[in-house]
Amino acid sequence: MLLPIIVTFLLAFLMLLLKPQKILRLFKFVCVVPLLLFLYLITYLPAVYQGTKSILFKNEWIPSLGISLDFKIDGLSMLFGLMITGIGTLIYLYAAEYLKRDENIHRFYCYLTLFMGAMLGVVLSDNLITLFIFWELTSISSFFLIGYNTDQEASRKSALWALSLTGLGGFLMLAAFALIGIVAGTYSLNELLAYPDVLLNNEYYYIIIFLLFAGAFTKSAQFPFHFWLPGAMKAPTPVSAYLHSATMVKAGIYILARFSPILGGDTVWNDTLMIVGGITMVMGAVLSVFHKDMKGLLAYSTISALGIIVFLIGIGTETALYAACTFILVHALYKATLFLITGIVDHATHTRDLSVLRGLRKVMPVIAIAGFIAALSSAGIPFTFGFLSKELIYGVSTDGIWTQESIFVLTGIALLTNIFLTSSGFLAGIRPFFGKLPKEFEKIKKPNFYLWFPPVLLSALTLLFGIVPSIVDQSILKSATISVLGTSTQMYLSLWHGFNLVLLLSAITIVLGILLYFAIKPSSRNESRLKGLDDFSPQTILTSIALGIRWFAFRYTRFFHNGYLRVYIMFIVIFFTGIVGYKLFADVPLRVNTEDLSAFRIYEFTVFVITIIAIYFITSTTSRLTSIAALGVIGYSICLIFVFYGAPDLAMTQFAIDTLTVVLFVLVLFKLPPFLKFTNKKIQFRDGVISVCFGILISLITLQALVSPSEKDVSKFYADNAYVLAKGKNVVNVILVDFRGFDTMIETIVLSIAAVGVYSILKYKTQDGEKSE
Amino acid sequence: MERNRNNERLDKTILRTSTNYLLPLLILFSIFLLIRGHYLPGGGFVGGLVASIAFVLHSFAYSPTQTVKMFSIKPFFVIPTGLMLCFLSGMLPTLLGYPFMSGVWFADNVVAIGAFGSALIFDVGVYMVVIGVVLTILFTISENT
Repeated sequence: MLLPIIVTFLLAFLMLLLKPQKILRLFKFVCVVPLLLFLYLITYLPAVYQGTKSILFKNEWIPSLGISLDFKIDGLSMLFGLMITGIGTLIYLYAAEYLKRDENIHRFYCYLTLFMGAMLGVVLSDNLITLFIFWELTSISSFFLIGYNTDQEASRKSALWALSLTGLGGFLMLAAFALIGIVAGTYSLNELLAYPDVLLNNEYYYIIIFLLFAGAFTKSAQFPFHFWLPGAMKAPTPVSAYLHSATMVKAGIYILARFSPILGGDTVWNDTLMIVGGITMVMGAVLSVFHKDMKGLLAYSTISALGIIVFLIGIGTETALYAACTFILVHALYKATLFLITGIVDHATHTRDLSVLRGLRKVMPVIAIAGFIAALSSAGIPFTFGFLSKELIYGVSTDGIWTQESIFVLTGIALLTNIFLTSSGFLAGIRPFFGKLPKEFEKIKKPNFYLWFPPVLLSALTLLFGIVPSIVDQSILKSATISVLGTSTQMYLSLWHGFNLVLLLSAITIVLGILLYFAIKPSSRNESRLKGLDDFSPQTILTSIALGIRWFAFRYTRFFHNGYLRVYIMFIVIFFTGIVGYKLFADVPLRVNTEDLSAFRIYEFTVFVITIIAIYFITSTTSRLTSIAALGVIGYSICLIFVFYGAPDLAMTQFAIDTLTVVLFVLVLFKLPPFLKFTNKKIQFRDGVISVCFGILISLITLQALVSPSEKDVSKFYADNAYVLAKGKNVVNVILVDFRGFDTMIETIVLSIAAVGVYSILKYKTQDGEKSE
Repeated sequence: MERNRNNERLDKTILRTSTNYLLPLLILFSIFLLIRGHYLPGGGFVGGLVASIAFVLHSFAYSPTQTVKMFSIKPFFVIPTGLMLCFLSGMLPTLLGYPFMSGVWFADNVVAIGAFGSALIFDVGVYMVVIGVVLTILFTISENT
């Protein structure tokens, strides 16, 4: 399983090599990649068919940290994997035609393939850390896909929103995973599933689930993080169809479903999911019908559908989970169809405005039929796949575990959501095709095979699964439910449950939904009414938070990073004095042992006096050259001290370095403006205090270092073995090139980086200057 | 400043003449430091610094451009060469089956050098990196002034 995923990523980068101008046709064959993955996954279908067992592929990665590249296929992974690769195949085919005039199409396929590989990684990973890595990769690749039209500001902005929100969620989810790893001692989902009680009864349980919710809700566009999804509709339509209806937004759902048997069962888990899912599904459905942009409408109905799934996972009963798994597939099929149709309509008419689009069935009859079926499925009309899932959703409330009041509430909000979803499905899938065809659309050419085939195939499947549900329910939906539920299930899909309450509810939904469809006329007025709500929307609140952070960062940076070298040095010295001084006085008993100090010798005294004089010159002179020369004097004095105490190596190095430093200063000096007096008495006093404190501190540290017994073993080892092991008599050098050669090598690299830094900064400036000239 | 520039040629005569003799001497001295490092004070780092001082002196007497002309390559490219030498000297033992960076010795009593081994190659690498880094930084800055 590792190999196909790695190959997918490699292929993604190979796509960049395809030159779009020359071999445009080739992109039509790229869909072989997801198709092969689809077929590969299908071969494991018989093994997970019963739902009781899962196949584990073990690959070690960083065993010391418990991180592995283990992959696991069970019913749930299979359901998602097949959706990702299956719908992926059709999207690949569709995009080749949809974007054929785009000169960056090779990049598009690179991003798309990266995304598909990452998404497969998410649903197949057994290790939480690996799962997180793939999870982040889906966010990153979707950033590129949403912002694909880089020349549009709105598109770039939405991409940034989507990345920031899903990235934030992912960060919190990583915290949840880390906590799980600490509490349970393993990152393996398989092992976690075996001992679910470890986490349930832990004190960190509530923190874990809320961090996990943050990740899942941001990814799956749950209230109040839903707003990035409508923004993400700026992406090319194939992307919207693939990422924002069928796959990526369902990654959050996948996480919730995956952790349901591990973390579920607590009332907080269930209630939170039901409340958030409930709010999202009603809000999304109601808002969706007021949009006249087809993609905006579909975005909100997708949010609503995601809310329904979260709601069902929150309920967590056998029927509810079965309904959730079924609805995941139902929704992917009809929503992808509707998106693809939107793309075709947009491509042909250059508008997605529902108040303009009418009567297109005359020019694209095949598409009209596909749209019709998808709309019926979303409304839950009998003989479509949507009918079966709607029956199941209504069936949840009659499960028998509820009180009388909660049945009314549950049924009420389910009914409300479904009524609005029915009419929004009709608006997107039926309205553009009926009525009178406007004149300007009469000359539209029929879409070619690559465009019409994917939606038609998807709608055909919707119909097929609706009439013969046994194709999917026993093979995949049942085993998926079992992996979410944790125990076996006897549920099955059936076309006819008899005349009962559930059927009545379905009928009411359809009738009211159709009435609502006729009552609502898509217009700009409805959309502008929605705009009024923006002031209270989470997006506005988050935007102001983001602006606040930016304001703070600006102020903070201005304060510390104000461009004056002297201020930087002052901050560094103050900070160092503070932190080291605190440590010195708080933790170490201060002792100064004067007995071991040797007496002043005459030449040491001379050097000391010279140094003092040099310091006086540095601080009092008004000439830069004088102060630099004096600095050099101090450097050479230190060299002398090294010589007195028998460190010729150090002295030589110090001597050479000092010479070069003075040269460097002199070189820079020529560039500086004449010496100006910026300081006043106050600043001089402040600087004096700071430097005196710093000096005292350093002296104290030096004296303290003399007192504490030093470790002689290491230096003795080097002295004894320099000649024996390394054939060198100069111990310092042997340490540098042999014993600690690795350090030296890293240091040379650091030096080189410094040189590259100076080179690039200064060269960059010169080039800038040249341009401005 | 103006007057200084006019007198530049005159001012620098002594410096230039002495540089012509000092440069080869200093370079020789730096190589001497480099080679003796294993037995007596010295080594690649100090050697590299002394060599760079020699070139800096030359660039003071003449001009940085003329110093660069003496090399057939830019000092910037001495850095990767030195790094490569360091790395290769570390890799050398792995070819012989020892761990990375363990000392390997080829000859014990080479004239003037003493024991010749991977450590010396490593030191030569350090020497080159130091020259490259110092000259790159100094010349880049002086070009900008």
